[in-house]
Order: sequence, then C-alpha cells, then structure tokens
Amino acid sequence: MIGTPRWLYVVAAIGGAFVLLPLVAMATRVDWARFPELISSQASLDALRLSLTTSAAATVLCLLFGTPMSVVLARSRFPGLRVVRAAVLLPLVLPPVIGGIALLSAFGRQGLVGKPLDAVGITIAFSTIAVVLAQTFVAMPFLVLSLEGALRLAGTRYEAVASTLGARPWTVFRRVTLPLVLPALLSGAVLSFARALGEFGATITFAGSLQGTTRTLPLEIYQERVVDQDSAVALSMLLVVVALLVIGLTLRARTARG
Amino acid sequence: MTTARPTTKAAAILIAAAVALSAAACSSPAPKASPSASADDLSGTITVFGAASLTATFTELAKQFESDHPDVTVQTSFAGSADLVTQLQNGAGADLFASADEKNMDKVADLLDTRVDFATNTLEIAVPPSNPAGVKTFADLAKPDVKTVVCAPVVPCGSATVTIEQATGIDITPVSEESAVTDVLGKVSSGEADAGLVYVTDIKGAKGSVKGIEFPESSKAVNTYPIATLKDSANAKVAAAFLKFVTGTKGKAVLSAAGFGAP
Repeated sequence: MIGTPRWLYVVAAIGGAFVLLPLVAMATRVDWARFPELISSQASLDALRLSLTTSAAATVLCLLFGTPMSVVLARSRFPGLRVVRAAVLLPLVLPPVIGGIALLSAFGRQGLVGKPLDAVGITIAFSTIAVVLAQTFVAMPFLVLSLEGALRLAGTRYEAVASTLGARPWTVFRRVTLPLVLPALLSGAVLSFARALGEFGATITFAGSLQGTTRTLPLEIYQERVVDQDSAVALSMLLVVVALLVIGLTLRARTARG
Repeated sequence: MTTARPTTKAAAILIAAAVALSAAACSSPAPKASPSASADDLSGTITVFGAASLTATFTELAKQFESDHPDVTVQTSFAGSADLVTQLQNGAGADLFASADEKNMDKVADLLDTRVDFATNTLEIAVPPSNPAGVKTFADLAKPDVKTVVCAPVVPCGSATVTIEQATGIDITPVSEESAVTDVLGKVSSGEADAGLVYVTDIKGAKGSVKGIEFPESSKAVNTYPIATLKDSANAKVAAAFLKFVTGTKGKAVLSAAGFGAP
C-alpha cells in the first residue's frame, strides 16, 4: 500500500472548503420558508423551462456535430490539424461575452451570415435559436475535449481487427468505436449540458433577454438580483440543485455500467 | 497702549478686506484666486459611488474638484445604482453616493447624512444612424415590424418606460428587455435592434453611433438623480464640499452639457 503524504490532505481540504464554502454560505441565505413561492413565479418557471429545453437542444447539437469532430481530430492526420484543434477548443478559454460578440458578427442582423438570412426573412437575433447557438458555441469544446481524449486512449486496435474481419467503416464506427467511448460520450454530453445551462455572457450579448423567449435562468437571476435578493438567491439554489442532479445521474449511470 | 489700538484695528480691517477680496475672487471665474485657494483646509481622499449613467460627468467633476483643491483626491466607482446600494448595505466605505433614481437612494436612507436632488434625465428614442425602420414617434415603437429593445421594468430606465406606456396607452412589445441601459444602447448601435429607449444623456454620450429622436411623451417620466453624503464618511468635510460643488455652478454646467436637466 502506497501512502499519501499527510500534508496533501490538509491542502486538499482547504481547496475543497474554498469550493464548497460559498455554496454553503448561499444556502444559509436562502429564505427556505418562502423557497417554493420564490422559485414558482411565472417568470422563474418560464426561465427554468427555457433553460432546460435550450440546454437539451444545445447538447443534441454538440453530440451531432461534436462527435464527428472528435473522431476526425483523433483519427485523421492532415496539415494544420493542431491549429484546427486549438481553434475548436477556443470557446473554452474565451470570455463568453467575446463569444457573444463573435456570434453577433456572424449571425446578427448585420452579420456575415445573418444579413443574407435577414434579407430572406430569417432573423436569428432575439430568438430562442440564438440562445441555443450561444450555448452550443460555448459547450461544444467540452464534448470534443472529453471524447477526443477517450478516442486516443482507446487506440485503433479493435477498429483495425474489425475492418480486417470485413466490417465497413460505418459498421466499425457504430459497433466498435462508439461503444468503446460511450462513457466519455456520456460524460462529455453532461458537461456540455451543464455548461449550456450556466451560459450567461454570450446569451445576454447575442440573444437579448425576454421572458419565455430568451431569458434563461442565469439571465433571470442576474435581473432579479437587482430588485429581489431573496428571489435571486433562491433561483441560484435551484440552479445548483439542477446541476447536482445532472452530475449525480451521470455518475450513477456510469457506475451502473461498470 | 492707546497708540497700539489703531494699529490692530487697521490690521483687522486689512485682513477683513483681504478675505472679502479673495472671497469675491473665488466666486468670480477669474483664475487669480488660486494662491488663496491652495490655502484651503480641505485635504485627504474621498470615495464617490456614482450611477453608471454618471460615469462621464462625475469623472470630469472629480477632476475639476481635485484641481480646485490640490490636497484632495477623489476616487470614483461606477455601477448600476442597485448594485451600488447592495455594496453600501454590505459595508462598502464610500463618502458620497449619487443614484440614478430616488427609489434606490431610499433603500439606504438610514445610511445618509445630507441628501440633495441634483439632476434629472428623460428618455429618448435611439435608432441606428440610418434609421432602417423609419421610426419617427413613440407610437412607431409599437409597430410589429419595428424591433424595439427596452430596459427591463425592474431597472430605472425600464420603470420609466412602463410609466410612459401606461400614460399614453401605447403598448410596446419589445424583442428584448435588457438589465442595463447600456445594453439597450449596444443593441441599437450594432444595428441588431431598430429602436431602443434610453436616456437623453446616453444618446449624447454615444457620440453619433446612434441617432436620437425626442418625443413629447417623455415628459411623463422624469427621473430625478439624488446625491447624498454618508454618515460613516471618514472625511465628512471634503464630502460636504464635493456635494456643494456638484450642486453648484460648475457642477450644473458639466451636467447640463451632458444633457441632464435641472432638478
């Protein structure tokens, strides 16, 4: 049995306390007697519903486009691959407000793609689609990062065997590659969902803020904090609970899978 | 002994005359007053919390105040009035607070010393310079093909918007309700929105990136800006002097140049 240095525990405990303390402190500020009433106003429910549906949609988009991107990044070789990977992961380190400005430049009414779309009557700005685009933009790298790593780790031996046994590329992908990296796909999807759920900066810059259409839970909290601290704290707690549920469910799914 | 008296009297008269002269010089715009002004007993640092819409004017006023009183440093901190109220309630050390509305100032009433209204602001329609939707009046904002952005009703500019809507019976259906007036301005200047409701001073400060359209109904909602010294001020004397300066001739000149109205 290899021992762990004792001082490591001390530092780890400080680190853990630093992460947990603010959340616990916030929990103590919640007016629990009024909690159900605070989180069940029409504005809050609209915001929660919008947050859940848009985050789910963004996660689907991340899976749909992020999975092929991860496979290409992990399996193929072409000049400039490293540059492409860096670019794809950029939203991970970019302040979200910059993501919002970039999205506006592309899909806004005066944007590169948005202007011709607007001319034919399709407007993305101020719509729920804009919220989903903002969330997908910031969440995609989480899926790609997690999946690409798993693909590299899994290697290509099983895939090579499958193809020597006569399986076509699509069959290999579906029957060998995907099952191999399923846990990573799952956790990547959950991370993306959680990131989309928390999206604020890009949304407020790019999509605007209107109840039921673009005002997601973080935007609602940001606005409530001005007038009603109690309500803002209660809604924040709600978002913490949703996030915990999401993480808990996936951990359970992963352990059940073995 | 008796001969000494006239001398002291004369000296007293001389001093009184000098004081009167320098006082007169102070109140006149002549810059000659500086030698005696440097002899004032104001010194130290004060911190001024100002509403975001006061950023430009109060930065300018702080600079002027500092040059009038060389031993004084004015630190400024600008944010939304409600955010500043939260900071004050949580013990932020400020000497003065200038709010963009009376409601937020009322929230910290028990922390205040002297409170004075010093400016007013009204709403104006902001459109992109090319005015793509051809907005001319307040009623145009309610047209379905005009993409209008307003402030959310919970922030001062939004409650002013609601007041005008109620007074005129014109119901705007905005595409977005922003949490800060600057976000409304940004959505208009970037061309994302066809029109937005912001303050007159915001349009003046935007320097041509948006066009302003005045509308008579704006008089239904006039926002009053109060400024107050705080009880806990560590430098109450300088704080009081700054409040006097803001509400005085020089302060009024800077504020009206920026588009603010008189209270």
